[in-house]
Amino acid sequence: MSLPQPPHGSRLDPWVEAYAARTRGMTASEVRALFAVASRPEVVSLAGGMPYVAALPLEAVADTVARLLLERGTRALQYGSGQGDEGLRELITAEVLPTVGIHAHPDDVVVTVGSQQALDLITRVFVDPGEVILAEAPSYVTALSTFAAYQADVVHVAMDEQGLVPAALADAVDAVARAGKRAKFVYTIPSYHNPAGVTQGPDRRREVLEVARRAGLLLVEDDPYGLLGFDGVVPRAIRADEEEGVLYVGSFSKTFAPGLRVGFVVAPHGVREKLVLASEASVLCPPAYSQLTVAAYLSTQPWFDQVKAFRELYRERRDALLESMAAYLPAGTTWTRPAGGFYSWVTLPGGLDAGAMLPRAVTARVAYVPGTGFYSGWAKTSPEARSSLRLSYCYPEPDRIREGVRRLAGVVQAELDLTSTFGPIGLPPSQPEPVGPWNLADTPGPDLA
Amino acid sequence: MSGPVAVLAGGLSHERDVSLRSGRRVAEALRAVGVDVHVLDVDAALVATLRTERPSVVFPLLHGQAGEDGALRDVLELLGLPYVGATPAACRVAFDKPVAKAVLAAAGLNTPDGVALPHETFRELGAAIVLEAIVERLGLPLVVKPTHGGSALGVSVVHRLEDLPTAMVAAFSYGDTALVERFVAGTEVGVAVVEPRGRSRVLPPVEIVPDGGVYDYAARYTAGTTEFFAPARLSEPAEQAAMEAAQRAHDVLGLRDLSRSDLVVAADGGVWILEVNAAPGMTETSLLPQAAAAAGLDLGELCRDLVETAAARGPDVT
Repeated sequence: MSLPQPPHGSRLDPWVEAYAARTRGMTASEVRALFAVASRPEVVSLAGGMPYVAALPLEAVADTVARLLLERGTRALQYGSGQGDEGLRELITAEVLPTVGIHAHPDDVVVTVGSQQALDLITRVFVDPGEVILAEAPSYVTALSTFAAYQADVVHVAMDEQGLVPAALADAVDAVARAGKRAKFVYTIPSYHNPAGVTQGPDRRREVLEVARRAGLLLVEDDPYGLLGFDGVVPRAIRADEEEGVLYVGSFSKTFAPGLRVGFVVAPHGVREKLVLASEASVLCPPAYSQLTVAAYLSTQPWFDQVKAFRELYRERRDALLESMAAYLPAGTTWTRPAGGFYSWVTLPGGLDAGAMLPRAVTARVAYVPGTGFYSGWAKTSPEARSSLRLSYCYPEPDRIREGVRRLAGVVQAELDLTSTFGPIGLPPSQPEPVGPWNLADTPGPDLA
Repeated sequence: MSGPVAVLAGGLSHERDVSLRSGRRVAEALRAVGVDVHVLDVDAALVATLRTERPSVVFPLLHGQAGEDGALRDVLELLGLPYVGATPAACRVAFDKPVAKAVLAAAGLNTPDGVALPHETFRELGAAIVLEAIVERLGLPLVVKPTHGGSALGVSVVHRLEDLPTAMVAAFSYGDTALVERFVAGTEVGVAVVEPRGRSRVLPPVEIVPDGGVYDYAARYTAGTTEFFAPARLSEPAEQAAMEAAQRAHDVLGLRDLSRSDLVVAADGGVWILEVNAAPGMTETSLLPQAAAAAGLDLGELCRDLVETAAARGPDVT
């Protein structure tokens, strides 16, 4: 007897027809699955971007937090203002922003749930579905994901060893205009770029700003790593020279603690008002507890000395990475030499595909992020995206970094051996059109070392 | 039963994430029917933990190398622990796709024509000429896969000769040998065999209709992207043939307690065995739990029966 046959199958998700169009591309990913292995201690992960918070003076932080709760607990555990705690905003303008040359009033600052929420709010108030955002190629993956969440159309702009190329930016603005669209803003990370590891010098910043001014283009300056320059130089923010045309996004995730999720945006009056209302609509207010913790830390602890300690720590790791790449990686491999921040961008030789190589790397117990995750839409399929990968040196100890690069070198060599047999590889034949610009699935989650 | 059930999930294989989900699902299902369950990862602490906890039964839900190739079950036998599933020897055969194909073919079961070759063969003889020979012999389209592992990792369907090298590279990224098979068109079904209390039972075939046409990793593990029909929309004779093939495959490979055969039922009614899994997936989107539901079985009760069967059987003696 045959069992009764249903007219429709099951999709195992009763809401499959109900999702918004912006969820297109939010799928399980082979690459994401491989990062599950990378979280194991046997694997040297050069993939994640977790700051080395073990270097923080945890006892001092604990004392700070204990005193905060005892002395101002009713404020720390209460709702706060949508714009963010005034005391913290005062400290940001008095202590933090002057280090990058920005002189602003506390009213100019909106505190956010990590700088990620700042990017979300900016995109929310400026970009309608289908509108264009200009971003570097490659660009910060989770910014691209935010842009995707608002169904923006990301147009990538070329970088060189000095970061965003001004002429390319001007060309992109023109090309977008010729296509009958308007670029709503350009998103840039001028200092110690994630993932590219490059930094715009003062002249380059001026040129970029000049292009933006001429084009009437809003510039979003994302600066989580600006204080983490290894030669002690803190690059002057673009916002320091342009108040109306630049939204400056800052973060305490790398200078203090990402677990607190405190970031901020410095914005001119009109924009700021909208950001505050948008933030209230989104999270009501940034967490008072986290804000007051950051404020207490800034005002009672030698926070800038800690930043200097982080610089030393990360410089040693950067050096371990650069030295071992020079020692081990096969000829023809190139990489950027970051002067600060967390990342180096590596370009593989011989037409290798970093995404296709990842399973072999995981087998060899080393992990990285394939370059395609840092590009949007069709740019993911470009040779430059596919031949690239990001290595991070922020979390593993120097010896682990050396071991990881040694393993990676063997993986690259084996993959070169494979392509010498089969030729440089094309797009995987079963690969469909890259699904939207949703990028999260091709890169690790935030909690990977 | 004395002592808890140890569900093993995770490990270092490429399918770690899938294994964790399978383990979680089975652990929840077992707990729902009152079984005390500990979920353990496979790491340097595992053996010591198993020695001290002395679980009554181990339920390995490990996918991919080390979990499915039998090695871990060898260790369980060394420790004298009963476990759910096939013996190491049977796992080794089932996990190696070319070997399993040979065993199935020898038993008169159909598997797609194919050839398994290591990278060295292509390097020594020249890739282009070997690939051309493969296409001449097997035609197009072809399926290229690593000889080990599941979840469609490293698997490509190739429609043009010029796409074949890239598919080979994708498969070789997962292992040293690649299997190239003729693509068989038809209705894709998974057929599970379970043996609660030692009584073999073939569950209703589950038909797989992925949106993009290819049942790849994303189609397998993103709820909503694949339409499943349980039972499959097969004619009665085709359904019978599929179920018989799955039972035969389970038997000739010497599998035990549970297995899942991935089959294609061609338009002419012919049944082709693509793969047989000794450690089938148990995730929210996996086929065996859907088949159990279609058969009116509670997953927790089924798993408990399998656990009790293993407990009654006791440890295998190596």
